[in-house]
Amino acid sequence: MTISPSTRQAHALSPSQVRSQRLRAIRNFITAILFLSPSLIIFILFVFVPLLKTIQLSLYLTDPIGRMAAFAGLENYQRIFEEKDLYNSLKVSLLFAIYVVPSTIILALFLALLSNVRLKMISVFRVIFSSTIAVSGAMTSLIFLYLYNPVGGVLNYILDLVGLPRVQWLVNEATALPSVSIVTIWLNLGFCTVLLLAALQGVSQELYESATIDGAGFWASFRHITIPMISPTIFFLLVVQTLNALQTFTQINILTRGGPVESTNVIVYLIYRAFYFNSQYGIAAALSVVLFLIMLVLTIIQFGVLERRVHYA
Amino acid sequence: MTESPARYTLLQKILLYALLIVMAIIVAFPLYQALITSLATDTDVATPKLFPASFHWQNFVDANEQAPLIRYLLNSVVQSSLVTVSHLILASLAAYAFAFIEFRWKNFFFLLFLSTMMIPWEATIIPNFLTITGRNPLPICSDNEVFVNALQFFKNINLIGFTVDPSKPSCTFTFKDTYLGLALPYMATAFGTFLVRQFFLSIPKDLHDAAVIDGCGRLRFLLTIAVPLARPALGTLAVFSFLQTYNQYLWPLLVTNDKNMRTVQIGLALLQDQERLQPNLVMAGVVFVLIPTFALFILGNRQLIRGLTAGAVKG
Repeated sequence: MTISPSTRQAHALSPSQVRSQRLRAIRNFITAILFLSPSLIIFILFVFVPLLKTIQLSLYLTDPIGRMAAFAGLENYQRIFEEKDLYNSLKVSLLFAIYVVPSTIILALFLALLSNVRLKMISVFRVIFSSTIAVSGAMTSLIFLYLYNPVGGVLNYILDLVGLPRVQWLVNEATALPSVSIVTIWLNLGFCTVLLLAALQGVSQELYESATIDGAGFWASFRHITIPMISPTIFFLLVVQTLNALQTFTQINILTRGGPVESTNVIVYLIYRAFYFNSQYGIAAALSVVLFLIMLVLTIIQFGVLERRVHYA
Repeated sequence: MTESPARYTLLQKILLYALLIVMAIIVAFPLYQALITSLATDTDVATPKLFPASFHWQNFVDANEQAPLIRYLLNSVVQSSLVTVSHLILASLAAYAFAFIEFRWKNFFFLLFLSTMMIPWEATIIPNFLTITGRNPLPICSDNEVFVNALQFFKNINLIGFTVDPSKPSCTFTFKDTYLGLALPYMATAFGTFLVRQFFLSIPKDLHDAAVIDGCGRLRFLLTIAVPLARPALGTLAVFSFLQTYNQYLWPLLVTNDKNMRTVQIGLALLQDQERLQPNLVMAGVVFVLIPTFALFILGNRQLIRGLTAGAVKG
């Protein structure tokens, strides 16, 4: 019978050695916790405890400064599901995600493919295409607020120049949400392009060369090599951009404040109004929990349905 | 076929460049418009323009007179620096534990860190808002002179806020309208911890064990060996954290009310909202606010992109 080195060692240990080993394990644990503790304290105070408190708040009636007054069970939830605000906001948020997410990814993929060529000056174009990373949501919104101005805005001026009818952009109920979506697409374009370009550059050149030798054209290579090889990045962007879209606040607050006629009142804005303007902390917390659960379910669905089709090299 | 820049025909090259230029114009158009509007005179700005009609630099001076933009900028820079420095320190410490120490429940703590990246902000923001803006009584404060003086010092540099109530011997304490209130909830970073840990893992463990056994303490090893080796990762983290904090909108909006404590992002947005400024002055403000982030973007482009891609691989 052969004894593996580790068991032999274990047999050879004296009680004092066992004790010193245990002491070392305890000492290591304490040392590790000391190194982790600054981060842990912040996470406990500002992530984990607040998460539980949100759930707790959602079960209570609250006073105007946010103190819990009386246990209410599911009353807050009952109330938000009885009013039509929540359904409108859910519809608006989902529509917003549908407008924003696929267009951003497709446009970014186009830019990434375009800037993945070997030409002189290509790095200049890459910097331009990724430049929106440096711009914040607030600044983007201020710029577009000016561009969208129905009278003095340059976008309607361009429409005039090419002979198209003017658009009411943010003022019209029908065009407000698409207009906010355009702002959001532009804002996220840089980030998505950078990631997709990095993914494209990671695809081995030999794959394309052998495909060309086999007579594959551009579209065949694109469909059968490029897309499968970069599918992990596309999937990642899909999940992250969907979550981002469902949590969009800045653009809404600066551009439309939920209007006109509630047509851009996304769920996050509904939450913000409930606690910041109306001091209905319990209601706002219940809405937050609902949004959290929706996002969780969406993410699980995305992982369950789509991730199977993702090709991990 | 070799990979040389000359593998396209002339026609293909022309087409590609044309497409690239068209897309570049579309992508850069909003920023370009902001720039030319920021330089337009009050009369020029009345009608939309595709090309710059004037170079009225005075707008930047006027915008600064209309709003304390320099003060807003200072507030943003202090807030972002607090968060960035804290990220660098806290992430290095935590990454050291995950990379070099064998300890019980390591996986549990690792998952705990990971889970903070999955919890959306709206699930935590209401309690955080109440914690930071709430006024808390401090019973021991007013009869202890040293303590009051220390608090007064921190109040003077806007790190904390407190008021002494002369009628009752007590005072209240708050983080509302303070730099700590702006920074505190965001001072730890799971993303940064993973980024730095990834770098630490490439340092041979033998090197660590030998150094620590030789009497070099763990902290000294971290400071003199690990951190200098992980400089690229820390550079990425610094650029990333600074940009992210500088561009924050909702949190500063919630926890600052005092005009002097606003950050650039909300300061400018509220200005446009309340004062109905001329668009050329607003755009001058926008360009002013964008200068630091663009400088950082151009200088730290490589670091930033590496960081973003590293974060994505985790997903």
